[in-house]
Amino acid sequence: MGIDAQAELQRLLLKEDVGEFLAFEADLLDARRYEDWLALLTDDIRYWMPMARNTASDDTGREFTIEDEDVNWIDEGIETIRQRVAQLATGLHWAEQPPSRTSHMISNLRVLESSDGLDEVKTRCRFLVYRNRLEDEQNIFVGKRNDTLRRVNGSWKIARREIYLDQNVMLSKNLSVFF
Amino acid sequence: MTDRFEIDRMVDTDRGVISRELFVNRDVFDAELERVFTRAWLLVGHEGLIPDPDDYFVSRMGKDSVILTRNQQNEIMVFLNSCPHRGMKVCRYDQGNEAVFTCPYHGWSFSTNRDRVEVPGQLVGVPHFEAGYSGNLDRVKWGLPRCPNVINYKGSIWASWDPDAPAFEDYLGDMKLYLDTALDHRDGAPGGSELLGGVQKWRIRCNWKTVSENFAGDLYHGISHQSANLAEIGMATGKSRRDALPLRHAIGFEGLGHGGLGFPPSYEERPFIPDQYGDPEIDAYYKQVRTARERRLGDRMRVGLVVGTIFPNMSFHADQPRSLAFAHPISETEVEMWRIYLVDADAPKAVKDMLRHYYMRYSGPGGMTESDDMENWTSVTAASEGAIARRHGFNYQLGMGKEQPVEGLRGAVDSGNYSEGNARIYYRRWAQFMKEMSWDDMAPPQTKSTVEVAHGD
Ligand code: FES
Ligand SMILES: [Fe+2]
Repeated sequence: MGIDAQAELQRLLLKEDVGEFLAFEADLLDARRYEDWLALLTDDIRYWMPMARNTASDDTGREFTIEDEDVNWIDEGIETIRQRVAQLATGLHWAEQPPSRTSHMISNLRVLESSDGLDEVKTRCRFLVYRNRLEDEQNIFVGKRNDTLRRVNGSWKIARREIYLDQNVMLSKNLSVFF
Repeated sequence: MTDRFEIDRMVDTDRGVISRELFVNRDVFDAELERVFTRAWLLVGHEGLIPDPDDYFVSRMGKDSVILTRNQQNEIMVFLNSCPHRGMKVCRYDQGNEAVFTCPYHGWSFSTNRDRVEVPGQLVGVPHFEAGYSGNLDRVKWGLPRCPNVINYKGSIWASWDPDAPAFEDYLGDMKLYLDTALDHRDGAPGGSELLGGVQKWRIRCNWKTVSENFAGDLYHGISHQSANLAEIGMATGKSRRDALPLRHAIGFEGLGHGGLGFPPSYEERPFIPDQYGDPEIDAYYKQVRTARERRLGDRMRVGLVVGTIFPNMSFHADQPRSLAFAHPISETEVEMWRIYLVDADAPKAVKDMLRHYYMRYSGPGGMTESDDMENWTSVTAASEGAIARRHGFNYQLGMGKEQPVEGLRGAVDSGNYSEGNARIYYRRWAQFMKEMSWDDMAPPQTKSTVEVAHGD
């Protein structure tokens, strides 16, 4: 096999590997296995969902709220994510009691960058998170996700997640699901 | 006047029963838009949203879209965001900077600059002015309708469409002291707070009053937040959802409709817990502002608050978290919540960051406390639409008869810790507006303040 073919094969394998990991992660969330999901996050994870403003097309520098500076929908690290999981585990978190039904769908996956040893990759994808709860309450969260995945002891972990939700006014009453 | 509503039957606070029609009825909702939202003082924004001349922020008053802006002369103004020609939204971005507002539909343009126009909001540009209107269009009459009353109160901007509305400070009464607890610097200096960037906006399928009432004084619903307590989301590590506090009192302002959960006047600070945030810079800051506060207020009167509502639809948290909220009416069963958040302007970045993170995990749709409130409110609404459900008024009898005047505050009553006294006051005020009473007839009996209050220096 030529060099080019080998590089191409490696690229495809990496993409397959990453896609498999993200599908596995989605399965954990949809199965409400939050403790197992937590184990997929690095201790230094940044988990950020900005708010989107309506701006003029020549003023898009202000379109999104700024990480680590503004109020965002979500802008946190592992400690707070752990608190969220702990809250779900109490059985008293009315927003998720009874629990919502969710389906996390990932598409348009691209591996944008990978480090030399292939132990860190930057990926981009679209997400569609469908939530249905109680009788007739439903939310459709659609947007773009930029993830940084890091290989730790041979397994992928999520080191960074940017969630760009395609909404200005949040049309869901809360964000008691993970993205 | 005769009215299609029997307001006194719907709001029977003598028996402590309030009709569910207030929360699910379309006609009631439509009447509120006219009778409450065109008269009352409403929060429209914060000066931090429009720091420079020609900055604007699109806000709401009732269901009306409005433009909050600052002109070249630094006057803060509010205009209807609907073109007088055919109704197009003149500002279609959430915020920005415009010297002239130009309507995208047919191109009428409006200016706020007193160097250009006599009346701010006046028409300055009309395509085909000569050819089409023979130069005879009244540029003032067809300017952007301007809200007659706008006030900047310690950075928070309020407006009322009613030219006869009382002065904002009279509308607030001594509830002002409680509002100050959110707007003032932690060291007790008046104002001194700054807005964090970003306005959270989200929809909830419940009536707007359900939100306002909750924040006016419902200590009773603490059980809803057990999971946030257990998850220990507070600022001090290993604590429930906020620093430990004595039981709050429901303090309401009869005849004004405002109320909150807080503390009656006192003449000294509550005990201070040093070094509880686990970061030397942050702990040093809280110690420093505490010392400054003690020096500034001395043995003068001060009040404390956790959460409160200014009638009709503005609610605020004073400290943990510290935010101003708008409950914009969308329909009888839907509200659009907005939240903005405050920090001390001169606090170190570490303090601002800690607070910002705390605010986001506490409040808003991503907030671990607020998310559970909203589940209650939507279920309350959904379960109140049925014909049989509507026959059963809600029970507001908690703490009835326990109201005591509050020494030092005009017109205030303290109805105990677990009480719906503030909700009763709130709905009595709502009833006055819905009966279209004159401002004179609704004016509360003003009992004079007995003590001089501390405002800092
Ligand atoms: S609607 Fe604004 S110019 Fe016609
Ligand atoms: Fe609550």
